[in-house]
Amino acid sequence: MTPWTFFVSHRAEILDATLDHVALVLIAMFIAIAVGVPLGMLIVQRPALRTIALGVASVFQTIPSLALFGFLIPIPFIGGIGRRTAIVALVLYALLPILRNTYVGLTSIEPAILEAAEAMGMTNTQILTRVRLPLALGIILAGIRTATVITIGVATIAAAIGAGGLGTFIFRGVAMVSDAVILAGAVPAALLAILADLLLALVERRLRIL
Amino acid sequence: MESPISSTTPEPIIQFRDATYSVKGRPAPLVSHISFSVNSAQTLVLLGRSGSGKTTLLRLINRMLLPTDGQVLVEGKSTSKWDPIGLRRHIGYVIQDAGLFPHFTVAENVGLVPGLEKWEPARIAARSAELLTLVGLEPREFSVRRPAQLSGGQRQRVGVARALGADPSILLMDEPFGALDPVTRAELQREFSALSRRLGKTIVFVTHDLREALLLASRIVLLENGRIVADAAPQEFLRIEHPEVQAFAASLQSAPGVSS
Repeated sequence: MTPWTFFVSHRAEILDATLDHVALVLIAMFIAIAVGVPLGMLIVQRPALRTIALGVASVFQTIPSLALFGFLIPIPFIGGIGRRTAIVALVLYALLPILRNTYVGLTSIEPAILEAAEAMGMTNTQILTRVRLPLALGIILAGIRTATVITIGVATIAAAIGAGGLGTFIFRGVAMVSDAVILAGAVPAALLAILADLLLALVERRLRIL
Repeated sequence: MESPISSTTPEPIIQFRDATYSVKGRPAPLVSHISFSVNSAQTLVLLGRSGSGKTTLLRLINRMLLPTDGQVLVEGKSTSKWDPIGLRRHIGYVIQDAGLFPHFTVAENVGLVPGLEKWEPARIAARSAELLTLVGLEPREFSVRRPAQLSGGQRQRVGVARALGADPSILLMDEPFGALDPVTRAELQREFSALSRRLGKTIVFVTHDLREALLLASRIVLLENGRIVADAAPQEFLRIEHPEVQAFAASLQSAPGVSS
């Protein structure tokens, strides 16, 4: 069986797995952005929290993904077998690039600009929403882009704890020692990652100031 | 305490009363026992070397800093009693790199403070056009540009226009022409000298360039290591026999035609 014939005969199943995969990534990214960006804004003002937040996020990133999925299984409420656990793990992975880039973006603004903003009589909230955030947007988006590509890759491993997605084919292919089956999962996952990267690069370029 | 120079003494707009500012962990205060006052429509130039405390004095006026000892009064009221936001919107501020917002157009930069003060959009647009004309930039051509599309001199002109946005009675300027090439700098100094006389604002101008100080000042205050060592009208300034005054005077003679 060539990869191509396998792909054609299982196309409906592969499409389903791809959609599952995309759903998994979208949900995880949505949560990671909703947590990471506000947290990044918060740690600009709180140096103590900054060290903890960036440290913890870095630690999650260093745990091998398969191990992280494994660790989460026995934990009550967020753990167990299935999608919920997978999403928790993916969020933990995606958090660091988003958190770090939000922080870096907000703090790497030219001091003269911030000094002017303060001297003009802008309140801290106005400085954040009208100066820091718009100027940091490009860097924040770059973090989201990195996180998305990572998440698409790591999500293939989520199949190991029964979360579905394109990883299903990869694990099945490994068990069957069949390149064709592995490729049926790996190729669409790679294409997804490339597509997401290109799309987000496009948005990033649109938003960049000059 | 009062300057002996000013013959008529109207109500001072800005007044330092034995003000000291020190930072924890640093042995010497950044500025210490500063007393002087600035009258309405006066241009006071704070002259001194880098690190002499000039910028610290400016920041004490608009409450970016509060004195750790003594008092700074703006329009008769201690800055510690002013609401910092209200005070700053009441005082124009121009800095060396202009500090324009790169994501705003020129018109949006100039209209910033009026916008913060909730002016009507039509009034803001009219005001920003008026100010751009005042600083020698054609509004129709420059309003829609971004700071990145301006030369250094043009950026600094926009910086001055932005500081005048909500028509403040006080203008603080921190080496506004310091980063410009000598030709543009001379041009802006001349224009600003004329402009400042026309506007009648109370101006505190920081520089390390004696030539610039002599051109613009109605009074020069010289700082050395955070203390005032001379305070005089420009005509009398060079005659003061203080070593730091003489050091500045020497810089004037040693570099004819070059001011920096």
